[in-house]
Amino acid sequence: MVGYFKQSFLVSLWFVFLTFPLMVVKVNTLKNVVEWRWMNMVYVAVGAFVLSFVWRWALERRQRKTKEAEFSDDVLAKPTVGQRLLEDPKVFKPVLIVIALATLGFPWLVDIYQVNIMVLALIFVVLGLGLNISVGLAGLLDLGYVAFFAVGAYTYGIMNSFWGFGFWISLPVGGLMGCLFGVVLGFPILRLRGDYLAIVTLGFGSIAKIVIENWEELFNGAKGIAGIPRPGLFGLEMNIEAATTYTYYLMILMVLFTIFVTNRLKDSRIGRAWMALREDEIACVAMGVDMARTKLSAYALGAFWAGLVGVIFAARNTYINPNSFTFMESALVLSIVVLGGMGSIVGVIIAALVLILMPEYLRAFSEYRMLMFGAVMVLMMIFRPEGLISNVRKKYGGRKSPTEAAHG
Amino acid sequence: MDYFLELFSSGMVRGSIYALIALGYTMVYGIIQLINFAHGEIYMIGAFVALIVSGVLTIYGFSGVSILILAAVIAMIYAAAYGYTLEKIAYRPLRNAPRLSPLISAIGMSLFLQNYVLLAQTPDFLRFPELIPEFEFMEPIAHVMGSAELIILVTSAITMIGLTLLIKFTRVGKAMRATQQDMTMARLVGVNVDQVISMTFIIGSVLAAIGGVLVASYIGQINFYIGFMAGVKAFTAAVLGGIGNIPGAALGGIVLGLAESFAAGYVSSAYEDVFAFGVLVFILILRPSGLLGKAVKQKV
Amino acid sequence: MRQSVFKKFVLVALLSLLVPVTASAADTFKIGVAGPHTGDLAPYGIPTLEAAKMVADQVNAAGGVLGKQVEVMPMDDQCKPEIATNAATKLVSQDVDVVIGHVCSGATKAALGIYKEANVIAISPSATNPPLTQSGDYPNFYRTIAPDDDQGKLAAEFVAGKLGAKKVAILHDKGDYGKGFADFSKMFIEQGGQVEVVMFEGVTPGAMDYSAVVQKIRREKADAVIFGGYHPEASKLISQMNKKRMKIPFIGPDGVKGDGFLEIAGKDAEGVYATGPMDVSAYAENQKAKADYVAKYGKEPGTFFDQGYAAMQAILAAIEATGGTEYAALEKALKSNFVDTSVGKIKFDAKGDAEGVGFSVFQVQGGKFVELQ
Repeated sequence: MVGYFKQSFLVSLWFVFLTFPLMVVKVNTLKNVVEWRWMNMVYVAVGAFVLSFVWRWALERRQRKTKEAEFSDDVLAKPTVGQRLLEDPKVFKPVLIVIALATLGFPWLVDIYQVNIMVLALIFVVLGLGLNISVGLAGLLDLGYVAFFAVGAYTYGIMNSFWGFGFWISLPVGGLMGCLFGVVLGFPILRLRGDYLAIVTLGFGSIAKIVIENWEELFNGAKGIAGIPRPGLFGLEMNIEAATTYTYYLMILMVLFTIFVTNRLKDSRIGRAWMALREDEIACVAMGVDMARTKLSAYALGAFWAGLVGVIFAARNTYINPNSFTFMESALVLSIVVLGGMGSIVGVIIAALVLILMPEYLRAFSEYRMLMFGAVMVLMMIFRPEGLISNVRKKYGGRKSPTEAAHG
Repeated sequence: MDYFLELFSSGMVRGSIYALIALGYTMVYGIIQLINFAHGEIYMIGAFVALIVSGVLTIYGFSGVSILILAAVIAMIYAAAYGYTLEKIAYRPLRNAPRLSPLISAIGMSLFLQNYVLLAQTPDFLRFPELIPEFEFMEPIAHVMGSAELIILVTSAITMIGLTLLIKFTRVGKAMRATQQDMTMARLVGVNVDQVISMTFIIGSVLAAIGGVLVASYIGQINFYIGFMAGVKAFTAAVLGGIGNIPGAALGGIVLGLAESFAAGYVSSAYEDVFAFGVLVFILILRPSGLLGKAVKQKV
Repeated sequence: MRQSVFKKFVLVALLSLLVPVTASAADTFKIGVAGPHTGDLAPYGIPTLEAAKMVADQVNAAGGVLGKQVEVMPMDDQCKPEIATNAATKLVSQDVDVVIGHVCSGATKAALGIYKEANVIAISPSATNPPLTQSGDYPNFYRTIAPDDDQGKLAAEFVAGKLGAKKVAILHDKGDYGKGFADFSKMFIEQGGQVEVVMFEGVTPGAMDYSAVVQKIRREKADAVIFGGYHPEASKLISQMNKKRMKIPFIGPDGVKGDGFLEIAGKDAEGVYATGPMDVSAYAENQKAKADYVAKYGKEPGTFFDQGYAAMQAILAAIEATGGTEYAALEKALKSNFVDTSVGKIKFDAKGDAEGVGFSVFQVQGGKFVELQ
């Protein structure tokens, strides 16, 4: 125990040293004054001391777990309490009904602001589910996902401002355009290995933004496209409140549709191929899976969803400009997927709601938002790489009989 | 012709900075196959520490070269300390995790460090004092290459030569090469692998800090965000040259710098990033493991 | 059973919709201040927020407006359209009376529709995009800063007339604001016909250096540079031009004319021209605001501080004059009464642009921006 204290004390000293110039000193070179913020040093010291305890405890706990995992061979199949609860029909059904009712009644229970941010959160749910296809299922790290989102949004913006097409025509076109771009961009780069792919997609993300910024004639550049109509309903005139509520229900349908499709995909032949590719490329190819086609389909499908919600995003905001499509948005969607647990649908939904709604409700802390995102991404990877709600793989066949399990 | 030379020199200057930062990426990748996404932030932190140190020293009456040396040395020490801590916190616990985990952890760390500096210091741009003094140097062609550019080129060349010597001839260098080739084997023959990895991070961070101080002094301004873009570009350079390959990183940096400079000069600077990434995609399609990278046969 | 409960629930929900939202008998005037308060554009949003808070504090200390306290409601939009709509709906749902903001033109466009429907007036300290007022789409929009085309025109005339340049290079940062200024400068220069635009190009903010662009300016033999954008890029450009031994006039917009530029560019700033709101430091209001700020925060106020301060003063004066926050009355007051603000004596014209604010050209002389006559 004394050793622990000593170690934590040393850690605390180290962090005081580390953060000293940035946290304590603040120089104003213009007036030649130095501001010494000694209190910050105290905060850092105390914080580092406490966190070092927590850190060590958590690491030890993790180690114990992995040790246990080595000895019991069926650890993956052992569901957590949450998963067991979710699978139990007695719990599952009422929960589902309550959620469904809450979802339906939501716009009538709260004011328009809540509905409006919920629409944004739902858009990110779909984005998360879409990116989940390529990152979570197929293991293709895409750092430029927002490019396809932009493709969708601008498809609607351009179709509307140039030719006056409405929302409902643009919606599928936006999705298809996203898909098309996914195929075109994905085709040459998908034979790259994971890390290379990450940087190239990051490059595509920034190229998309630069092109939108510079190609004035088509995209209207930095000025953005204004006056994009909200989703229409048989030409019905709606005020903002009604339109927002309508968009909300539209998004609910959209999320349900996405869940349905991705769920079916997961258990389909191609879904199996994605997961197999993610786990072991060589073995998978050796088993006769067409790697290029499988990867491309994952990439393009992910892009399809981004394009689709891009259209809704444009319709919701009624205005788009390149500022909405930066690397930060890609990172945000990625952290949704990571936080939710790669490959898990429920997890992604919860993560998207938390990550989008939390900063809205905690606007006072919004300065710390990106700091928290960063920290959460690191901590999740270290302590809970499977995400908040880990993906339960469908198991075929019965459980092992006790004798079999005993033999390992 | 004059114009070509001017662009060439600008490209070389930019490229040598990219190369300095890219070395950090490539060394880390060579040993633990990790994209240290937060490396750009180390560069930024190096520049910030140098700014703060020089500010304090100026106020307490130091002057000239002593400020430059102290600021640069302290910046390097801090960059090394940050690099070391970064590895310990964010990457070491993930040594045996799947490939994506440390990468995501690195992206998280990058966001964290950016916002840490933003909150601890300021979101504004700050003036960076001209630590490296300008001097008369071939004044008639100063528009092609001035003293500031010359110093950047010379310093980065010296640094890179120093690094090559370090890796070729010292014990640490040998241990690094051994670890790079086969981590398990290196451990078996008595190399302290953890120490080597820490050392790699420290050396990479020092290089980044040198780059940070050079650029900040050349451009004269910094903010919390400079590390991100520089990091992305440097990483692109490392991939371009063949990640894991040290001469490759230097070459990749120069190629990228020149590509951007010529794109800006002959086409439009609005599209220079498009060209940078375009070159990357193009080269990767032709040579999937980069300019100097060896084609890795995947072992089953 | 469950169904009937559900029906009742829906019925109640529907009924609650029908009940008109009664104007809450608020005991405060709620002023929303929207702009980027976090993120990389925060330096352009925070000064306005600080200005609004300072005005509110002063007014409140003196007993408030019409006996009511003024409440500032900060609302971050990060200059992103989607977050701006969130911020706008949030303000509207909290029965905001008026909004100071938004700061970026793009975010402003996204938010204005929502304010318009809710009959809320928005006064921006910095959204200089001309169509915001000139298109007539946003009757509820006002601004305490002149639109970009005024500035572009002034810069163009200055380059052609006073500087007597023959070839001009126009650069911009590809942003809404910078590009807008550059576009208008180009338009007016080409209309003038005496000067040739030899180069029109965007530079990448955050790029490591601009030396290639600078070399290009040299090759095109430009004898003046007009730059649309903010001070960090401007000072980077100037410093590189000096390093490359290029001594040609450099003209920037009001995003350059500020202490931020002087701070960052240091001695490189000397001789740089910038258009900006006419010198208002002679106004007592302005001096007081600046002095208060320095006393409170210990540093010089940032970009758009004056405009934010003026917007707050203008709207509070209008509320005082009309005795409430009724939309039509406020509109009338804003458009007819002259108010002493930190940017001078202003009122708003029919489109929502401030009358009495204008631009002039400044030059850095001896480390200060000096208005040129």
